[in-house]
Amino acid sequence: MTAATLTRRTPRTSKPAAFGGVSGLTLGVVTLWLSLIVLLPLAALVVASLEGGWAGFWDAVTAPVALAALGTTIGISAAVAVLNVATGTLIAWVLVRDEFHGKRIVDALIDLPFALPTIVASIVLLSLYGPSSPIGIELNATRWGVGVALAFVTLPFVVRSVQPVLIELETDVEQAAASLGAGNWTVFRRVILPSLTPAILSGGGLAFARAIGEYGSVVLIGGNIPRETQVASQYIQQQIEIDRPVNAAAVSVVLLAISFSTLLALRAIAARGHERQEAVR
Amino acid sequence: MIRVTLAHKAYGTFAALDDVSLDIPSGSLTALLGPSGSGKSTLLRAIAGLEHLDEGAVLIAGEDVTHLPPQKRGIGFVFQHYAAFKHMTVRDNVAFGLVIRKRPKSEINRRVDELLEVVGLAGFQHRYPAQLSGGQRQRMALARALAVDPQVLLLDEPFGALDAKVRDDLRRWLRRLHDEVHVTTVLVTHDQEEALDVADRIAVLNAGRIEQVGSPEELYENPANPFVMSFLGSVSRLGDTLARPHDLRLERDASRAHAEADASGVPVTEAEVDRLVRLGFEVRVELRQPEADESFFAQLTRDEAADLDLQVGDTVWVRPTRTLAGTGDVPALAG
Repeated sequence: MTAATLTRRTPRTSKPAAFGGVSGLTLGVVTLWLSLIVLLPLAALVVASLEGGWAGFWDAVTAPVALAALGTTIGISAAVAVLNVATGTLIAWVLVRDEFHGKRIVDALIDLPFALPTIVASIVLLSLYGPSSPIGIELNATRWGVGVALAFVTLPFVVRSVQPVLIELETDVEQAAASLGAGNWTVFRRVILPSLTPAILSGGGLAFARAIGEYGSVVLIGGNIPRETQVASQYIQQQIEIDRPVNAAAVSVVLLAISFSTLLALRAIAARGHERQEAVR
Repeated sequence: MIRVTLAHKAYGTFAALDDVSLDIPSGSLTALLGPSGSGKSTLLRAIAGLEHLDEGAVLIAGEDVTHLPPQKRGIGFVFQHYAAFKHMTVRDNVAFGLVIRKRPKSEINRRVDELLEVVGLAGFQHRYPAQLSGGQRQRMALARALAVDPQVLLLDEPFGALDAKVRDDLRRWLRRLHDEVHVTTVLVTHDQEEALDVADRIAVLNAGRIEQVGSPEELYENPANPFVMSFLGSVSRLGDTLARPHDLRLERDASRAHAEADASGVPVTEAEVDRLVRLGFEVRVELRQPEADESFFAQLTRDEAADLDLQVGDTVWVRPTRTLAGTGDVPALAG
């Protein structure tokens, strides 16, 4: 198939025909690698989830505890993503537009929650919000605890996607708006925010996608209480432990579908932004 | 009228504006001309309120606007790199100032249609800025600035980012537009040709100070000092004397040249022909003073050059017909 496609394409591209062989080989390697690493395991997962047929899949997903775990995961992840959109944009703004002592340190600190092994993050949070909380706030085994853990690990996403766009934003565009009579708030709302929106959405989407699959940081502070604080990843782990692989696979497929559609939505947003900002020549 | 009095602005120890005073008459098209770092953009931005003066005052139409933000100064500003609102269509860009002033829809539509017509973008109203050429973007930026009926239109190197051909067209177009709209316009440029072409008044700036203000003719014919002379047009230096290359007469006969020189009081200079460049109607004669080893050039018409029958290596006598004493430091100029 690849050979046929390449021969058909050769006349249209200006590249010498000799490259056809090389790209045929590289394409083959890439396809093989992606298949081994990504596609085959995913296919195996889908097959495993359907071992009991459609009905089995449906029962596994709609089991009350499974539904509760999915609900908790999606609900808290969405809330955390929204929170990130607001605070992340604000942090990016401060880091780009304000000058203060220790700015570099703060900037470096942003990536720490992401770089930290998630289990370490969980212990960090447990030592602060756990049963022996030094500040008297105990969030252990509550949904708030799960939320804090997810907010902790997803902190950098919005900041890091908004920051470069904000740096690139030409200040003369804001000055142009000001010269036309726009006050600070109007400039922000009508000129700056629309330019940042794709980056904000993309950061929020990535944070959401990361949050729904989060395991390590939730494992200690979340409490793993079914129908309360148990998140989908913990439910999957539990189902494996009690030897219900079909249930585990089915819920995994749902998580997979959510992640995948989030990514698709992000791509669509990016494409639309691209179409506007870059010339359609 | 715009009046700037004793404007001072320093960045650290560097004085971008050093007690500048300038009057810009209503309805004029004034160019602020100078090399980079001369303070011309700072002066324009100070008039706009985008830059705060350390000292001095700015008055627009008699009102002291020194401490007013740009929003309240009644200005239109056009930036070198268009400063387009990329997420808005051409139409929304132009309508921006009117929309935030909450003008009635019908009025906005009428005004925007009218302006798009004036700048020749009527067919492009639903495009995004990225889908326009540089020249079209700058015309959109002009329409956007004009939409709010500014008292003054301020242009910061508006054609600086454009191709030579587009720049010429847009320059001429701006001149025509100004003749129609008559809004007081200030244009910053480092291009003397642009200033001579488009402006009816020119203020030449150098190192944070104004060197001379006047009409293009005044500045070209009667430059106040060597800097102005060399910044507007080409200059040939003969010892301590400066002259326009087209004001140099060449003679093959020493005695005739000296006789003329005695009559006019301007000394003649002996020079050797280095090179002859024929540029259509004009012949450019590159010359060298043998003892001083200084090069300069003279512009002759084709006929003058033919009469002299010059060859490379010939010795000629150079007699300037108009001069300026040039003891000051004169920046080197290309072409």
